[in-house]
Amino acid sequence: MGFTDYLQYGFIQRALISGVFIALLCSVLGVLIVLRRLSLIGDGLAHVTFGGVALGLALRIYPLYVTLPIVLVSSLGILKLTEKARMMGDAAIGVVSSVGIAGGVILASLAGGFNVDLFSYLFGNILAISREETILSVILSAFVLGVLLFYYDEILSITFDEEFARVSGIPTDRINKILVILTAVTVVLTMNVVGILLISALLILPAVTAFQLARGFRGSLAISALTAVASVIAGIFISIALNLPTGATIVLTNFFLFVLAFLYRFAKDRAGAQPRQQVRR
Amino acid sequence: MPVKIIEVEHLRARYNGIRVLDDITFSISGGDYIGLVGPNGSGKTTLIKNILGILRPESGRIVLFGQDRSEFRDWFRVGYLPQRLSSFNPGFPSTVEEIVALGLISRRRMPGFDGDAHRIAVEKALTLLNIADIRRKKIGELSGGQQQRVLIARAVIHEPDLIILDEPATALDPETREQFYGMLTQLNRQKNGTIILVTHDIGSIGQYANKLLLVDRRVVFYGSFTDFCASADMTDLFGMHSQHVICHRHE
Repeated sequence: MGFTDYLQYGFIQRALISGVFIALLCSVLGVLIVLRRLSLIGDGLAHVTFGGVALGLALRIYPLYVTLPIVLVSSLGILKLTEKARMMGDAAIGVVSSVGIAGGVILASLAGGFNVDLFSYLFGNILAISREETILSVILSAFVLGVLLFYYDEILSITFDEEFARVSGIPTDRINKILVILTAVTVVLTMNVVGILLISALLILPAVTAFQLARGFRGSLAISALTAVASVIAGIFISIALNLPTGATIVLTNFFLFVLAFLYRFAKDRAGAQPRQQVRR
Repeated sequence: MPVKIIEVEHLRARYNGIRVLDDITFSISGGDYIGLVGPNGSGKTTLIKNILGILRPESGRIVLFGQDRSEFRDWFRVGYLPQRLSSFNPGFPSTVEEIVALGLISRRRMPGFDGDAHRIAVEKALTLLNIADIRRKKIGELSGGQQQRVLIARAVIHEPDLIILDEPATALDPETREQFYGMLTQLNRQKNGTIILVTHDIGSIGQYANKLLLVDRRVVFYGSFTDFCASADMTDLFGMHSQHVICHRHE
């Protein structure tokens, strides 16, 4: 069966559509998160997602509906902890993440232990994504990308130098809040693609790949987006062809692209350094 | 009578819970070129950050361009160079051109300040700070002096009425430093720009600024250089010969 034959299947179409949108979202947001040294916010919020999913399954409510508000509140909690409790960002993420996972473990054990449903959320299964979830992913992704585009200059300015941004009249507190909320939405959406355990990989890997190659902020966003989309598409097809778990395959494909980018930059840097060394001799 | 650009009344401020400014009162008029000097930990940067709203004062009043600071919205009138980047990431992918253009954000919503005007302003700032040839370089690839020139370009690109620079010359080589001070003098004299220069370079400040604001948790001296040179000895505060050096260079 050729790859084009696979495209006839509804579940593949849904996986590709939602995967591409979520990949775009993660890649753009990932650049901002990594540059602000908040790479682990994805991991922290993913742990909270675990708590939300466990609660949803225990209450027999569709987990996405329970998870989204819980993760939103937690993301704002991280912001408040850093602002009010004079806590460093990574420490605040650690606190919220531990509470999330501890709550999840207790809820899961109260609900009768770790069952198949909970495992499917931990490792993700984009091939099982429903029509409703696909539509929701596309709408939310388009919304988040729209907001990021609207505030592009402000976000770039804050990411580079928050003090200067404030003196430029940018409402930094409001934009920071928006960014954290968007991250929360993204984390919840990504749960379906690669699973709770690998969410942060889809946020971090495309961004760090882009930083190996790109010159300029726009260039970084473009390469990050390209890397993420290519990883998702390739990951879906490779996982089908080799009968591997899709989420993990997407992440490893992404890592493979990162290694290629790193080697390319390394070779380029060496080639650039060579003539100078010869001159010194 | 010159217009008041900054009015500070009975300002008290803390930094990390410790009071570093106590009962600070002064005003700065349009066209003033102020050298803000004081020993380490005297509260110079805290004062600047309170004026700009980066930090909130404990008490007191700050007025910018006739408006209470909390209501001030005309940020395009202000240019700022921080002492050091608060969250600088050496791996930041932005190019020199992109970073310089960030200075235009406060002007962006004003009529006639997009498209061509935007490009021309970037070009002018790059040329002014002699960084046009490194415009495509990433900020992390530059030397400390080059980075500083990029940030100065970002602070002055929108031609603000008030420029506040917190130790701008620290990383500059002597030649660039002279050019930079020359540029500030030109902005001050030709465009009547108001400048506040926080500096440890007391040897140079007397050459360029027309007023001196000495701070050590409170205002120790504020006035002209002539008055400063005639004032009591300040060796205890600023070290041996400091007053002499400032006055000598001013003459």
